[in-house]
Amino acid sequence: MKRAGFTSRWLPIFLLVPQLSIILLFFYWPAAYAMKSSFFLQDPFGFGQTFVGLENYTSLFTSSEYLKVANFTVFFTVVVTFFSLSLALLLAVKADKVLRGAKTYRTLLMWVYAVAPPVAGFMGLILFNQRWGPLMEFFGLFGWEFEMGADYSDTAFAMIVISIWKQVPVNFIFFLSGLQAIPKAVREAALIDNRSASGRFWDVTFPLLAPTGFFLLIINITYALFDTFGVIDTVVRGEPSNNPMTLVYKVYVDGFRGNDLGGSSAQSVILMVLVLALTVFQFRMVERRIHYT
Amino acid sequence: MAKVTLDNVRKVYPNGVEAVTPASFDIKDGEFTVLVGPSGCGKSTLLRMIAGLEEITDGALTIGDRVVNDLDPADRDIAMVFQNYALYPHMTVRKNIAYGLKNRKTPKEVIEKKVAEAAKMLNLEEYLDRKPSQLSGGQRQRVAMGRAIVRDPSLFLFDEPLSNLDAKLRNQMRIEIKALQRRLGVTSIYVTHDQVEAMTMADRIIVLNGGKIEQIGTPSEIYHNPASTFVASFMGAPPMNLVAAELTDETLFFAGLQLPMKTDYRGPVTLGLRPEDLHIDPYGPLAMEVELIEELGAHRLLHGQIEDQRLTVHLSKETEVTTGPLRLSCHPTSLCLFHPQTGERMDCNPKVQSLSARKPQEQHS
Amino acid sequence: MADITSSLAAPARSTRRFRWSTLADHAILITGSLFMLLPLLVLLQTASTPDIETMKYGPGLYFGDQLDDNFRKAMFEASGFSGQNTGLSMFKNSLILGLGFAFGKIVIGMMAAYAIVYFRMRFATMAFWLIFTTLLLPLEVRILPSYEITQKLGLLNTYTGLIVPLIASATATFFFRQFFRSVPEELVEAARIDGAGPVKFFIDILVPLSQTMIAAMFIIMFVYGWNQYLWPTMITTEEGMYTLVRGIKQIVQVLEGNEIPQYGRANMLAIIAVIPPVAIVIFFQSWFVKGLTESDK
Repeated sequence: MKRAGFTSRWLPIFLLVPQLSIILLFFYWPAAYAMKSSFFLQDPFGFGQTFVGLENYTSLFTSSEYLKVANFTVFFTVVVTFFSLSLALLLAVKADKVLRGAKTYRTLLMWVYAVAPPVAGFMGLILFNQRWGPLMEFFGLFGWEFEMGADYSDTAFAMIVISIWKQVPVNFIFFLSGLQAIPKAVREAALIDNRSASGRFWDVTFPLLAPTGFFLLIINITYALFDTFGVIDTVVRGEPSNNPMTLVYKVYVDGFRGNDLGGSSAQSVILMVLVLALTVFQFRMVERRIHYT
Repeated sequence: MAKVTLDNVRKVYPNGVEAVTPASFDIKDGEFTVLVGPSGCGKSTLLRMIAGLEEITDGALTIGDRVVNDLDPADRDIAMVFQNYALYPHMTVRKNIAYGLKNRKTPKEVIEKKVAEAAKMLNLEEYLDRKPSQLSGGQRQRVAMGRAIVRDPSLFLFDEPLSNLDAKLRNQMRIEIKALQRRLGVTSIYVTHDQVEAMTMADRIIVLNGGKIEQIGTPSEIYHNPASTFVASFMGAPPMNLVAAELTDETLFFAGLQLPMKTDYRGPVTLGLRPEDLHIDPYGPLAMEVELIEELGAHRLLHGQIEDQRLTVHLSKETEVTTGPLRLSCHPTSLCLFHPQTGERMDCNPKVQSLSARKPQEQHS
Repeated sequence: MADITSSLAAPARSTRRFRWSTLADHAILITGSLFMLLPLLVLLQTASTPDIETMKYGPGLYFGDQLDDNFRKAMFEASGFSGQNTGLSMFKNSLILGLGFAFGKIVIGMMAAYAIVYFRMRFATMAFWLIFTTLLLPLEVRILPSYEITQKLGLLNTYTGLIVPLIASATATFFFRQFFRSVPEELVEAARIDGAGPVKFFIDILVPLSQTMIAAMFIIMFVYGWNQYLWPTMITTEEGMYTLVRGIKQIVQVLEGNEIPQYGRANMLAIIAVIPPVAIVIFFQSWFVKGLTESDK
């Protein structure tokens, strides 16, 4: 708050009411509702519900299907995060370095930010099209009969590639602005102290980018967990059957399609705990280590 | 125009910290008063209370003949110049200056006339349609002044207005502000941590320390008769030398100095000596070991020790000196004595008007 | 001396290597740009080619002449049963969602941030935490209960139901709070002395001061709103309410058509879904980048 704040009594209340009423209605109520539902078993035809305690949770953790989805989610998150971060870092370092065409490269490398995930998924459907998809034919040259939507690992591969493609631009933008924020004097000092360009990168640039990188790490994990929903839904064409999927997608499939409100709510609560843990971890790290200013 | 009266004005923050202990003083109509002190001494809080930006915990504040404790800043008939100018960055110079008048529903023609006058007075005419970001620091400072002037307030408040400027511009603006205040004759309160600004600009100085008023007086009073060791060491560059001395049998002892005094006090005292009140005297009572000479062109400063106590001596440029031993003397009337614990000033009545160079030495031997 | 000679020699020797490394840099950047661009080019190519050719040979290297024909089909022919979800109607709904979301988010966010930063009030801390906790949980984890509540309120298939629940997070509020806090303290003090009350200060000073921030936020929020998928998928069941991005689900079905799938039309719809947000991001690049990178500090 500002030192010399206004003291009006009703105005701040008036200013806060829209925000507060929307979040109470569409944030706190649903969150509480999800927590409550996770302890109940819903009648599939909507005739009431029975309290079952932790049964929804225990049945999740004993379900091999849920564990399979959880495993895939972890794998998917790690791979997508790693590749989209490292590709973006490589491109940002180069875009920061070149003198000619820097602006054009910047535009070409960031426009995908504005592509909706399901549209990205749709592009994947075209590229990996079973009849004539150019990427499918390309893989065919190496004897890889690519079957998206039918083969589990091929579908996973396509999901990962599309998700990386969609996420590189955000990381690129942040890395580039992080690089541009490194003071010129520091770069020049490094230039004097270290002759090797890669040495300079790992000793000076990379550590100075660490705060950006850490922030992006969290953003990317969140992306891979939640925002890839559209990619996955499009790639599997709404028919998960034998295809890989992530935890969020399963919440949707079980709850919306399977009408298992209790189980789906329990999954939601697990995800909430996961996100909260991630946030706590983020705050801790930011406080403890990666701080230069 | 108005006089300002503070009657036991006090500030306590919600966390219990007392930022300003009850302060009482009068500021005469048209007077230029400077509040000076180190950072955190409460001078800004005091100013902000006068402005109405900070609530007054206790006491009464009168501007003109109104008690204004509960009035909004806009209703106190004041104008304020801020340290970082606080110009509205999206408005032109003209709009910046006019904004206060516009909010007061002043007729358009009047606003235009006043803005034009102020711009002329401050040499801002060419810049009226520029944005603050297109101006230099000094020009921005002038716009901030203009914003204050057009309002014809009964009181000007300045919150460290020059501390964002470089040294040269600061000197120039110091003179401009003072001249402008003289011309307009508006009562002014000026906050600064810079004792040079305080000395040069003020009709009257109020020295604050730790939320308490240490001394109120004209620059000359403050300089020559500091009320405490704090004032003595804060005002003046280099500050007053403060050394440990002893009073016994109506005589002050410091190193080789023995000075008869009219006093009943016995025991240790703090002796204050302005650097410029010490002078070279081959037969003087004080033996100084000079360690460093600071050449400042117009004068020079000697830094050294007398019996393990650090001192600075101010010498005119004509005097030739080298590092090493040197004998000094001083005028008994220029000495100040302070209580060694409280730091408060004590009466100092030397029985002699001059320290004859030879006499004490002869007595000594 | 030895040091001086070697440091003098170094630049001369590295001139040549320098050139090679620049070339490598450009090669990497061009590869990256192509990686980003290629899917869109394939989409464009198929959208410009007669479907039968695509069917036979797949995407080719040359652009055809079907762009405007496919554009017409995409915009004015419906793909569902009701005949309501033409490209044009979806475009309209996307626009309403994008603009409504961005506008709502900014207005509500600025109001709340103004209250939090500039007013002394009781329960300020509680309001702050209530609002900023919402940053922690994305809509996706509470999607079902949100749906249930929206349904209970009778907001399915309405623009309100589409937009308002999406606003229930504090990203814009947080962003404006950060910005307002960076506005120098003295500005509000000067304004108070100049006789401006809270409303006047907000309208005369704070809003004009925030122009760039508002623009940046608007771009980010418009793109975010336009690109929403999961929520519109759940909340809109009437084809007349579909947005382009939500319509992708329908478009995908086209690819599985029995005879000759309407690749051209489908791809054209995908392109239409992509162009507005992409154009805005490219056109207002500097604002957008500024808003994006500063919002998360």
